[in-house]
Amino acid sequence: MTEKTPKPTFAAPSRRAFLTASAALSASLFLPKGLRAQDFPTAAVNTTGLAVTDTEVTVGILHSVTGTMSISETGSVQAEKLAIEQINKMGGVLGRQIKFVQEDGASDWPTFAEKARKLLVDNKVASVMGCWTSASRKAVLPVFEQYNGMLYYPTFYEGLEQSPNVIYTGQEATQQIIAGLDWVTKTKGAKSFYLLGSDYIWPRTSNKIARKHIEKLGLEVVGEEYYPLGHTQFNSVINKIKLKKPDVIYAIVVGGSNVAFYKQLKAAGIDMTKEKPLLLTISVTEDEILGIGGENIDGAYACMKYFQSLDNPNNVDFVKAFKEMYGNDIVIGDVTQAAYLGPWLWKAAVEKAGSFDIDKIKEASPGIELPTAPEGYVKVHENHHLWSKTRVGHAQADGQYKVVFETSDLVEPDPFPEGYQ
Amino acid sequence: MFADYSWGELLSIFAMQGFAGLILFSVFVLMALGLAIIFGQMGVINMAHGEFMILGAYVTYLVSRLFETYMPALFGIYFFIAMALAFVVAGALGMVVEWTLIRRLYKRPLDTLLATWGLSLILQQLFRSVFGPREVGVTIPQWMMGSLPLTDTIEVPINGLFVMVLAMSISAAIYVLMFRSRWGLQVRAVVANRTMADAVGINTERTDRLTFGIGCGVAGVAGAAFTMIGSTGPTSGQLYIVDTFLVVVFGGAGSLIGTIASAFSISQAQSILEFFLSGSMAKVLTLLAVVGILMVRPQGLFALKLRK
Repeated sequence: MTEKTPKPTFAAPSRRAFLTASAALSASLFLPKGLRAQDFPTAAVNTTGLAVTDTEVTVGILHSVTGTMSISETGSVQAEKLAIEQINKMGGVLGRQIKFVQEDGASDWPTFAEKARKLLVDNKVASVMGCWTSASRKAVLPVFEQYNGMLYYPTFYEGLEQSPNVIYTGQEATQQIIAGLDWVTKTKGAKSFYLLGSDYIWPRTSNKIARKHIEKLGLEVVGEEYYPLGHTQFNSVINKIKLKKPDVIYAIVVGGSNVAFYKQLKAAGIDMTKEKPLLLTISVTEDEILGIGGENIDGAYACMKYFQSLDNPNNVDFVKAFKEMYGNDIVIGDVTQAAYLGPWLWKAAVEKAGSFDIDKIKEASPGIELPTAPEGYVKVHENHHLWSKTRVGHAQADGQYKVVFETSDLVEPDPFPEGYQ
Repeated sequence: MFADYSWGELLSIFAMQGFAGLILFSVFVLMALGLAIIFGQMGVINMAHGEFMILGAYVTYLVSRLFETYMPALFGIYFFIAMALAFVVAGALGMVVEWTLIRRLYKRPLDTLLATWGLSLILQQLFRSVFGPREVGVTIPQWMMGSLPLTDTIEVPINGLFVMVLAMSISAAIYVLMFRSRWGLQVRAVVANRTMADAVGINTERTDRLTFGIGCGVAGVAGAAFTMIGSTGPTSGQLYIVDTFLVVVFGGAGSLIGTIASAFSISQAQSILEFFLSGSMAKVLTLLAVVGILMVRPQGLFALKLRK
């Protein structure tokens, strides 16, 4: 950046020039923070025919608001709209107000691909905030690469992917898993683990990484199993857990199964507050606890990068703004916060590149820092994932997590850990 | 697998696993009874069965909120009131649906599949609009959570026992209704020969409506009970529909005894396999066995002998 800044001239300024300059300075003090559109003529910042005018820029929001995934994706839509509104209040991106076109992926992967094509080809959106499941991301990926679009993807996921057209604002598996396992072995003295998950790619890959790390630490995995998505009867596996007596149940159960699993665990007399066994999960955010019920998961630990209860000024403001917009009862989970980062990271990339062109954004993205993120400082890595801290939360009966641990440094994203390809 | 354990420990694990199987059996019975009445007796393929269950679950949610806010002292017993209301609400909706939709399709059984599937989508979106897309948490009274320690090592979940008792009482009630009441006699007459039943003065339309209503009502009660063990969201009904049809078809359409026998065999097979294999494998093997048996015996375990 620095070499592009014009060198200040120290020739004695005329009185007239001085007055003009000071007038401009005071005017800019009263302008909303942000850059002015006239400094960035549309023809120069938009050379590829995106939906950018002198006053507006259009982005897309692509999530499921109907169908089974709407449970999870609603929070992301809310966060993205909040971020867009806040950016607009600050003066927009390169002086242009953000307008959004929202499409419904309807929990159906081909629909996601079709809507992505519509957003990129018909609406010519400058970027898309969207997708939640890996399946939907895999479905839209070829579309984004073919039509050269930019996707901001919010969910923590299994890794093993890196596209120049995607910025992954959630954690990839190693970021989320390894710090949590280290914590539970060090502070809780855990020696044996029972891995449990829903039967699809994210839990299976995550458990593979977890198992490898556990075995590297010289500890023992006493069981590993998977149940079909939507499975509602966990009594047999709970009996198996009772038989094997692991120190830690490592649970990656998702969706409706989650509710059944925790309710039945409690009914079977496993009191998680006693931590015998201790339950560590990477799939239950505050959003999921709404359905499970705080009293049913009280005492469990979750490992992710964001909790609503995080105590820092950014997050206090974020939670306040979120509640003002969507009501006091709303809760904010990890993915919701990651979705909130999407528009901000895109804004930062556009401003760094001084252009809306996708290729320039791709190039400008690595190295972007966001000190205002609710989770705290984050930075975009060369591999388009985020450097972020990993935290462990202790579930409370009121449905919130109490943060009991956070990594001292940012954890480097490593979407292709050795030995997993 | 068992080498490290004492006989006592093994015994108690097997006892608990036995209970787990029985609980699964009760869950299957509750899920399937309503459908067995509708599909078995009327031949209507009700794809919206799961949504009627979730309607019951949402009724339970509303009642729990009501008690929490206005009558916290009586919170411990709200569940019974919720179940009764779930039956009434789901049953009433069932009768309305029968009157507006199903009765026009009795001669086109396959079309009922499409119509009720559409109905299930409509109901899902309705739940989503009214209660929001997120799952709701139903607070269960304290006495219904936790487990009952039978011995030092054997613990039985109380909600499981509750589901077992409920499944038994509803089965008994339906048995009495079907085989000991005038209405049951009429239903069986209509199933056996609609024209003849009409001719001897049975109001077949009213019988159909009541049958459909009771089937849906039972689904509502099941849904209310499942708030203890599962999730309550707009699409949660979809979690149950496959297992439900599996149980009813395997048992033999039209036979309530068959439904119970099939619920028992599927649940035991699944729960034993789950214990020794992994969850997904257990499901695969159970489904394979069911497919295999249905190939040999397409009419299901128990077939109703009818003159066609």
